[in-house]
Amino acid sequence: MSRIPGSRTGPEEGRPPRPTDVLVIGGGIIGLVTAWRAARSGMDVTVLDPRPGGGAARVAAGMLAAVTELHYGEETLLALNLESARRYPAFVAELEEASGQEVGYRACGTLSVALDADDRAHLRELHALQLRSGLESQWLSGRECRRLEPMLAPGVRGGLRVDGDHQVDPRRLTAALVTACERAGVVFRRAWAERLSVVGGRAAGAVLDDGSELAAGQVVLAGGSLSGRLAGVPPEVLPPVRPVKGQVLRLTVPVAFGPFLSRTVRAVVRGSHVYLVPRTNGELVVGATSEELGWDTTVTAGGVYELLRDAHELVPGITELPLTETRAGLRPCSPDNAPLLGPTELPGLHLATGHHRNGVLLAPVTGDVLAAALAGGALPAEAGPFTPRRFSSLSQEQPV
Amino acid sequence: MSDDRLVIADTAFDSRLIMGTGGAPSLRLLERSLIASGTELTTVAMRRVDPTVQGSVISVLTRLGIRVLPNTAGCFTAGEAVLTARLAREALGTDWVKLEVVADERTLLPDPIELLDAAETLVDDGFTVLPYTNDDPVLAQKLEDVGCAAIMPLGSPIGSGLGIRNPHNFSLITERAGVPVILDAGAGTASDAAFAMELGCAAVMLASAVTRAQEPVLMAEAMRHAVEAGRLAHRAGRIPRRHFAEASSPVTGLAALDPERPAF
Repeated sequence: MSRIPGSRTGPEEGRPPRPTDVLVIGGGIIGLVTAWRAARSGMDVTVLDPRPGGGAARVAAGMLAAVTELHYGEETLLALNLESARRYPAFVAELEEASGQEVGYRACGTLSVALDADDRAHLRELHALQLRSGLESQWLSGRECRRLEPMLAPGVRGGLRVDGDHQVDPRRLTAALVTACERAGVVFRRAWAERLSVVGGRAAGAVLDDGSELAAGQVVLAGGSLSGRLAGVPPEVLPPVRPVKGQVLRLTVPVAFGPFLSRTVRAVVRGSHVYLVPRTNGELVVGATSEELGWDTTVTAGGVYELLRDAHELVPGITELPLTETRAGLRPCSPDNAPLLGPTELPGLHLATGHHRNGVLLAPVTGDVLAAALAGGALPAEAGPFTPRRFSSLSQEQPV
Repeated sequence: MSDDRLVIADTAFDSRLIMGTGGAPSLRLLERSLIASGTELTTVAMRRVDPTVQGSVISVLTRLGIRVLPNTAGCFTAGEAVLTARLAREALGTDWVKLEVVADERTLLPDPIELLDAAETLVDDGFTVLPYTNDDPVLAQKLEDVGCAAIMPLGSPIGSGLGIRNPHNFSLITERAGVPVILDAGAGTASDAAFAMELGCAAVMLASAVTRAQEPVLMAEAMRHAVEAGRLAHRAGRIPRRHFAEASSPVTGLAALDPERPAF
C-alpha cells in the first residue's frame, strides 16, 4: 500500500486558488503539532489526513518518561527527550489556552520497581546509568515504594523514584491540537496522499487519492509508521521507518477505589516491561507489548494475557477493575530509535517521523523544530543530531 | 575461506558464531553488532517477526547476506512448535529450524519430551532441525538418533549469562556426537564462548550477551575472537594439567652468546 494519510476537501474538489505555504502529510500528533506551530508563526498550512487526530497517539499511554526509559547508547536522544519534557508545562498552557480544552497533563512522577532479584539488578544498573547521566532518580527500598503506593504487591524488592517523569492524556492532547489548528486557520483535507509531487527537483505538494492535486511551497511528511511508503519520494530521501506494534489496555478505576495509584508505576517483570498510568479521570492505562509484525493491529489473547499477568503481579488489585478497552497501535521506529526532524536532501521536503516510543513526549520540541525549519532559518541546535540526512548519506548498507 | 569450516547438513560456514536477534536495543546497533560478530547464520523468532515487512530484522539480515535461521521461541508444546516451524518454512522458504520447546516461563528450560516429539515430527517432514536442548548427554544422543542436524545444549538458562555450568556433560556430548554440537544459551562474556569451543563445541550461539551489553558492538567483536581462539586451542590440543611446575626454559647448558667470550 502506498497510500498514506492525505486529504479530501469535499465531494467536489476545487483546485486550490493558490498553493498553501505548508502541506503536512499526516494528521497524527506529530503532524498536528507541526501544523499548529507553523500556523502560529504565520504560515498557511494544510493538513492531509482522512482522520485527523488518529494514529499512534490514540493508543499511546502518554508517559513523558525521559529518565525511566533511558537506554545504553541513547544519550543523544536523552538530551532531546529532556529538552521536550522541559518545554511541556509551557506547551500545555499555551495549547489549553489556544484550544479551550484540557489535555490531562499530570506532574505526578514515576515509580519504577523490581519484583525479584534479577529485575532488581537490572534496575540498579539503570539507576547507575541515570546517575552517570546526571539525572534525578532516587533508589527506594521495597517498603519505601509501598509506602508511596500501597497497592503495589508486597513482593516489591526496590524501586526508582523519578519525580520528573510525568504524563499527559494523548487523546485529549490530539483533540486539543485539532481545535487549536482549526482556530489558527489550518485547513484539513480529509483524504489520503497518493504520492508526493516533485516539480523541478523540488517537493511541490501531493496528489490525493481522488486524483486531485494539492500544491504547496513546502511539504512535511509526518505519516507515522507509513512515512516510508509514500510514492514519489526519491528512494534516498524516503525515511527508513518501520512499524512496531504495541498492544495497550485501558481499565477504569471506580471512584470508590481511589486513589488507586497516585503516579505512573512501571516495572520490568522477569524481563518484560509493563507500566500502569493512572489518569485523574479514573482511566488506568496498562501497556505495552512491542512486536515487529508489520502493519498488523490485531489485539491478541497472548498480548492481553501477558500485560494483565505482569500488571497483576505488580498491582494485584487490578483484577477488580473493569477492562474497558484493548487496542493496538503502531510506533514509527527508525534504525537508531530516534526521530527524523527537519529538511531532507530534496528541497522543500521536511520529515517529522520516526519518534518510536517518544512521540507524545517529543511533540513540543518537534513542533518548535519544524516551525523553525519551515521558516527557513537555521535548524535549532537541539535538532542537529536528528537530521534525516544521517540516513540518506550512508544509505543502509554501511554501518555508522 | 578457511580449511576448518563449520558444516551443518552439508552447508559450510566460515564463522562458528551463530547470533540471535532478540533484545537488540535498536536495529542499527543490531546491524553493527552482526557485522562485528562476523556471523553467517542468525536466528529470528518467528512469533515476533513478520518477514514480509521492509526494514525489519529480516531485511537487515538479507542485506548483510546472513542466512536466516527461524526459531520457535515461545512454544510450550510440540504442536505449537511444529505449526510455527511450518509457518516459518512457508514465509521464509527455508526448511531449517532452530527448535525450541520450553517447559515454563520462569526458567525457559527445554521440555525434553515435547522437544523430542517435535524434533521427530519435523525431521520426518523434511526439516533440518537444530534443537535447543538440556545439557543431557542421553537426550542429545536421542535427538541425533531421530535425525537432528545439530545439537544445541544450553550452558545455563537463556539470558542468565552464567556460562557453562556442567562442562563435564558438554564433554560427554561433544565426544560422542556425530553432528555439530553448538553451545546455546548461557554465554555471558567472551571466556564462556572460548571455553565452549575448547570443550569441543563446533559453534557458539548467543544473543543476550551481545544485545544487552553496555557496548553491544564491542562485545560482538569480542565473541568473534573468543570463538576463533577457542576453536584454535581445541585443535591445537591443550597440555596436560600438572600439579607441580615444569620449567619451560632449559635448565641445563648455558647459552654462549659470543663464541669468542665464554659466559664465565
